[in-house]
Amino acid sequence: MPTPLVVSDVAKSFTMHLRDGIRLPVVAGVSFSIQAGECAVLGGPSGAGKSSILKMLYGNYAVDEGQIIVQHDDGLIDLATASPRTVLAVRRQTIGYVSQFLRTVPRVSALDVVAEPLVERGEEREAAREKSRSLLAELNLPEKLWALPPATFSGGEQQRVNIARGFITEHPILLLDEPTASLDARNRDVVIALIAAKKAAGVALLGIFHDHDVREAVADRIIDVTAFAAGKIAA
Amino acid sequence: MTDEPLLRVSALSKFYGSRVGCENVTFDLWPGEVLAVVGESGSGKTTLLNCLSTRLLPSSGTASYRMRDGQFRELYRMSEAERRFLMRTDWGFVHQNPADGLRMTVSAGANVGERLMAVGDRHYGKIRATAVDWLSRVEIDEDRIDDEPRAFSGGMRQRLQIARNLVTGPRLVFMDEPTGGLDVSVQARLLDLLRGLVTDLGLAAIVVTHDLAVARLLSQRMMVMKDGRVVESGLTDRVLDDPRAPYTQLLVSSILQV
Repeated sequence: MPTPLVVSDVAKSFTMHLRDGIRLPVVAGVSFSIQAGECAVLGGPSGAGKSSILKMLYGNYAVDEGQIIVQHDDGLIDLATASPRTVLAVRRQTIGYVSQFLRTVPRVSALDVVAEPLVERGEEREAAREKSRSLLAELNLPEKLWALPPATFSGGEQQRVNIARGFITEHPILLLDEPTASLDARNRDVVIALIAAKKAAGVALLGIFHDHDVREAVADRIIDVTAFAAGKIAA
Repeated sequence: MTDEPLLRVSALSKFYGSRVGCENVTFDLWPGEVLAVVGESGSGKTTLLNCLSTRLLPSSGTASYRMRDGQFRELYRMSEAERRFLMRTDWGFVHQNPADGLRMTVSAGANVGERLMAVGDRHYGKIRATAVDWLSRVEIDEDRIDDEPRAFSGGMRQRLQIARNLVTGPRLVFMDEPTGGLDVSVQARLLDLLRGLVTDLGLAAIVVTHDLAVARLLSQRMMVMKDGRVVESGLTDRVLDDPRAPYTQLLVSSILQV
């Protein structure tokens, strides 16, 4: 079985044009691969570039150098150079992403926020809503909230909506940016079980988990991001 | 999904005498894709929109559109009558000021029905039923169908304009600041409505806006314009979360947080 995700020699820096063009290197020489059915965890202190790596893998941050090769649609795609249209197709079919915070849309119910990625993949709206209901129930989101837009939800409630939205599809690659940060112990266990189910289904997972217990429970391997330090240049 | 774009734009420029309207704009637009064009007043975004919708003729460059028969036609070589027909049937144009896109002295129902008659519908009952359906899709009560848009609020007028444009099932819609001048609560409702309609109908759209939040909500791709030129383009979330061009960084850093 081919490797779903191979990252080689990726580098990223920010150039702040409003601050006299100073360059802030983030990471360099990032190289790793993720196998189907494993959960790798990015390790390292805050500011080491863990989130930036995830964002590059999702096409949300531009890549300065290197390659991000993804198994997509019976072929290989280099996300570092792919066109916006290709990145959108990869997001729809191949790479799922649970962000740290939910970006809410006015007037769309939690149920539909979760169902949306399935509808985008061509699933019937009602069938997608049905899956959305069962996932929200599994994550213990009170049923009375399902029909409401998540903008006014608590942090933990929004995060569960976000997790459901990320886990509802069958993307072969799933990126997780601290999905358990504001959850209580019971819901953390639900997420651990969801991750285990994804692994069993052959999904390649890459995540950031600051919570020690969760990391212990899900990680097959830690990728130490400090090894990719770009050497911060004093501003 | 088809592998061919709906619209191909190449090196499009428009000069007003020696002044640059827009210069050397190149992009492709695919079916179902929403492209936001952002920039401040005078950046050339409205000039670009007017050239693309053939309301203005460019000074140089080409734009070809894939007709329903699958053939690409060069927009600026079509006859005036062909362009008008395209505008009435396959395209929509949503103006910032609804008064520019509506006939203010005929009823709401007639505003919607008129576009249907333009494409050859003649059956009064059917036209009225379709008009009622579209008014409800844009959340206008059926009992307002005989009122003139003059009697509508700004938000209702804008929703009516959208219904008028979408009733013929266009494949491409141009929007010029569709939420400009509306209260934020009205804006949110309109944006949600537009988002839903664009997804359900699989429309392609080019949306000109100076509001980056509107661009983020509606579009998948984005072009940032300054002084008539495209200074940055790409996935909307990439451009907003990792802006590369100095001007885009300035725009993004100027957003007020609430």
